[in-house]
Amino acid sequence: MLNNSLVIIDYKMGNLRSVQKAFEKIGCNAIISNDKDIILNAKKLVLPGVGAFKDGMKHLEELDLIETLNKKVLEDKIPILGICLGMQLLSKKSYENGETEGLGWIDAEVIKFEFDNKNLKVPHVGWNEVIFQDEDNLLFSNIENHKDFYFVHSYYFKPHENVTTTTTDYGFEFTSSINKNNIFATQFHPEKSQKNGLQILKNFWES
Amino acid sequence: MLKHRVIPCVLLKDWQLVKSIQFDSFRTIGHPTSTARIYNSRDVDELIVLDIDASLNNEEINTEIITDIADECFMPLTIGGGINSIDDIYKVLKAGADKVSINTKAIQDKEFIKDASSIFGSQCIVCSIDVKKEDNNYKVYSRKDGILNIDPLELALEYEKYGAGEILLTSVDNDGTRNGYDLELLQYIGRQLTIPVIINGGAGLPQDCVKAIQNGADAVAAAYIFHFSQYTPNMIKEELQKNNIAVKYN
Repeated sequence: MLNNSLVIIDYKMGNLRSVQKAFEKIGCNAIISNDKDIILNAKKLVLPGVGAFKDGMKHLEELDLIETLNKKVLEDKIPILGICLGMQLLSKKSYENGETEGLGWIDAEVIKFEFDNKNLKVPHVGWNEVIFQDEDNLLFSNIENHKDFYFVHSYYFKPHENVTTTTTDYGFEFTSSINKNNIFATQFHPEKSQKNGLQILKNFWES
Repeated sequence: MLKHRVIPCVLLKDWQLVKSIQFDSFRTIGHPTSTARIYNSRDVDELIVLDIDASLNNEEINTEIITDIADECFMPLTIGGGINSIDDIYKVLKAGADKVSINTKAIQDKEFIKDASSIFGSQCIVCSIDVKKEDNNYKVYSRKDGILNIDPLELALEYEKYGAGEILLTSVDNDGTRNGYDLELLQYIGRQLTIPVIINGGAGLPQDCVKAIQNGADAVAAAYIFHFSQYTPNMIKEELQKNNIAVKYN
């Protein structure tokens, strides 16, 4: 069994191939899987995701992966990178289409963007600046402050503990990436953010 | 600050990328993979590819080409044309697309937009509206059935209500003419919506893109200008920046 590999968790939510391809580009042969044994042997994990929060949690439950992930991340302290929905799922709960409990690894809620200003459209889609709140975070090494990354989301991650590594301004400054011990996550899509996005994946893989 | 996007929007026909003129005659742009590779190397903000064989001839969506294109794109990729079912969306996303553009199916069945956005999230669902002017009124246009008696603003508002994440708004009259975007159409629709609007059809000069954004577009899509003129996406962005419009500029 490959025990030094990066595993992209396949929970039937979105752009797995894009994420895998981006890791391949930086020289990491990532495996896409939802097999518990493969996940248990992974050196690093990626929880990607595009789609609705409720479906995301439902699929993780149906695939019976929650216990495995809790063990890997909370007990074995294996590095994990959540991307977009994969970041939001780390929270305690989301208000997307009712209330849904998340994995609960981070004390945070997921809340819908709502603006009175008609120029601020929802979803927040496109390239926006990422502002460092933690200059030395390893995920952002070799990346300049205020670079643009690709976002596409209608809900934002609101932490109630000090985990924010970057913020982004859309009506207000929301948390665009976090780090807590071995847990990393970005609201933007590094796999779709060209050169700087690939650098983030490289930093995660090589750290 | 959120940047305004400049997006190449090209058509897939007979395994080639093409550009239409008023939805009618087609000029070949090039091979899908090599074109995608060039766009990627030029750091374009996003890419939209519409498979017109699939939409016109009810052909199966060409997931093989989509995979080839997606493999070259480390930027967001929207695929449209011939999307008729939830299963089609799964297929296209699996092939590497990030968003799907839905046109004909959405006109016929608005509940489909609701289902699709609840499964894949609004951010994944782009509703494409083609518009043609008839007796000074804007009407929704269908590649198959011609002009329909539907007001594009009403349709756009319905799509928004049913969970669309973005509107791709194309003026058939301006398509491929290089006479500029239909600014009147933009004013009619763009500012009424709370979801982003991508305007398409007619860009001939970088200044056309400036005007579009000043008139309510969140993003500009184009093809002709990138392939049959001296302007590159970066030159357009330079012009936008000169006019105090925020762009991603590497």
